[in-house]
Amino acid sequence: MKVWVPRDAAAKALGADEVAAAFEAAGAEVVRNGSRGMIWLEPLVEVEQDGARVGYGAATVADVAGILEGTAESLGPVEQIPFFAKQNRLTFQRCGAIDPLSLAQYEAHGGLVGLRRALAMKGEEIIDVMKSSGLRGRGGAGFPTGIKWDTVRLAVADQKYIICNADEGDSGTFADRMIMEGDPFCLIEGMVIAGLGVGATKGYIYLRSEYPDAIEVMQSAIEIARQNNVLGDVLHSSHEFDIEVRVGAGAYVCGEETSLLNSLEGKRGVVRAKPPLPALEGFLGRPTVVNNVISLATVPVIFEKGAEHYASFGLGRSKGTMPIQIAGNVKHGGLFETAFGMPLGDLVNDIAGGSASGRPVKAVQVGGPLGAYFAPEKFDTPFAYEPFDGAGGLIGHAGVVVFDDTADMLGMARFAMEFCAIESCGKCTPCRIGAVRGVETLDRIREGDATAIPLLVDLCDTMKDGSLCALGGFTPYPVMSALEQFPEEFAVAREAAE
Amino acid sequence: MSPTAAPLDPAEVSAIIQQNVHREGPLLPILHDIQTAFGCVPDAARAPIADALNITEAELHGVISFYHDFRSKPAGARVLKICRAEACQAMGANAMSEKVLTALGLGWHETTPDGAITVEPIYCLGLCACAPAAMIDGRVKGRVTAEALLAEVAP
Repeated sequence: MKVWVPRDAAAKALGADEVAAAFEAAGAEVVRNGSRGMIWLEPLVEVEQDGARVGYGAATVADVAGILEGTAESLGPVEQIPFFAKQNRLTFQRCGAIDPLSLAQYEAHGGLVGLRRALAMKGEEIIDVMKSSGLRGRGGAGFPTGIKWDTVRLAVADQKYIICNADEGDSGTFADRMIMEGDPFCLIEGMVIAGLGVGATKGYIYLRSEYPDAIEVMQSAIEIARQNNVLGDVLHSSHEFDIEVRVGAGAYVCGEETSLLNSLEGKRGVVRAKPPLPALEGFLGRPTVVNNVISLATVPVIFEKGAEHYASFGLGRSKGTMPIQIAGNVKHGGLFETAFGMPLGDLVNDIAGGSASGRPVKAVQVGGPLGAYFAPEKFDTPFAYEPFDGAGGLIGHAGVVVFDDTADMLGMARFAMEFCAIESCGKCTPCRIGAVRGVETLDRIREGDATAIPLLVDLCDTMKDGSLCALGGFTPYPVMSALEQFPEEFAVAREAAE
Repeated sequence: MSPTAAPLDPAEVSAIIQQNVHREGPLLPILHDIQTAFGCVPDAARAPIADALNITEAELHGVISFYHDFRSKPAGARVLKICRAEACQAMGANAMSEKVLTALGLGWHETTPDGAITVEPIYCLGLCACAPAAMIDGRVKGRVTAEALLAEVAP
């Protein structure tokens, strides 16, 4: 009997290795797939029945015998579970379905179709496909990917680079980790296509050290890709491209592209002033594409199904789909890939089923530690770049972290400042000193000093306008959104003291 | 990453440098490999690295001290990393880590006097949908409780 038991880190964190070992001991053939993204059901074991894969979860070692005998209660066909059935999976089409390290299964599920098409195109045509897809950088800034690539393509140099920013360290985001662990060839294929488009022959994946499982899977996948000429002489086309994994060393700021470049060069990961743009003077001073994992992993499906197909999803200038990561205090947490435009409240209440604690939802933080808090009053905001900007937030890596009514919003604002102080690279004063002063100012507010509130607002303005990069520049988002939407929590201490 | 200290072997340091020095931007891979081999980046390894890369020891110190991962002394035999990021906080990580630290008599970044356990904060393991999360000796754990963590590291 063949069973699928995910090797995704979240599944492992919930006991998947023990469950897989128990199936093996019972004589079953075990495939370690990626995660389907329904984390509350992990480890989600799948068994083939009448042509469909039926799910059991959250599975424990005690369930193994019952699953093998067919007496355990199943969740039915996995792809019909409502959370899964409601998605539009493009980037994540294979994640969970296949063995991540089987190139044959990758190809059987649409893999390498895009690369073969791209190999028949000129660089300029590849860029045109990217431009018409409307894909914007999924790492946070939302810059059009095709335009970034074109700048690198038109730059004249003997060596260009494709760098994958896999240093996504935003709390509430795990899409990068999931795709690297669940469909690593997809990222490799995307990077090869990017290399063909801009004329680069070398790629680096800068992968955070906090993801040991992703590092292991990516390294194995690169080795398999080399043995099968996906890397090297790309599909025997005489186009060269190779990839190397580089492991970060625990610095959040290295997710900022210029810090990342310094880190990759072996320097302190401090921010570089722009210009020059990395597209013109990036890694070792050469033209460099720096894209996040999801941006690059979305490239293959754009070439497989066509730019028009991809662009037909979405809302306004937010084209395509977004893998939204729902986490924190939530009943059904996981990865939900959908076209841009779904209202935030639908994600939190309908898709995720509200809080795990059963208490009322108080706020959700969208876009990582630098993202704004959204109170339920703002839940009608459509999930897309411009509407979120208009509502005083950002979608960032599209992490949605849910808090129930026990959350201490002044405490969360203080944590945002504390985090910025710990992780600041130190190059610019507003971030380096502003964050330390921010913690002190919030402590004064907590102790009842009302004069500290205008000071905090002023400090946030200075950090926003004066910081060199998004770490100092965006820390005011969580702080100010907490202050504006939960003013009573910033005044309680004062009233108590009076 | 080996949590135990190994005596510094100059030949091994030199071999690690040689394996990496041809790479573009070799310093971080060298430091990671040194730390894997010796449990930390020992002071005695600094001069040969600086020499091989033609950088000053001051520059090297700047890099080593910038990154949270690199240690100048080996960690305890067990390393417990507890996530302090927002998604874990939403599921009670603050109270949970407080309990663990109190029970072990440690603050963040500290090691028990017998060298058995080091506790460190970590900011996101990507396990935000099964929070709170932790990592013990490189192995990930989801939906952890203080009791479960203590049972594992300090039975």
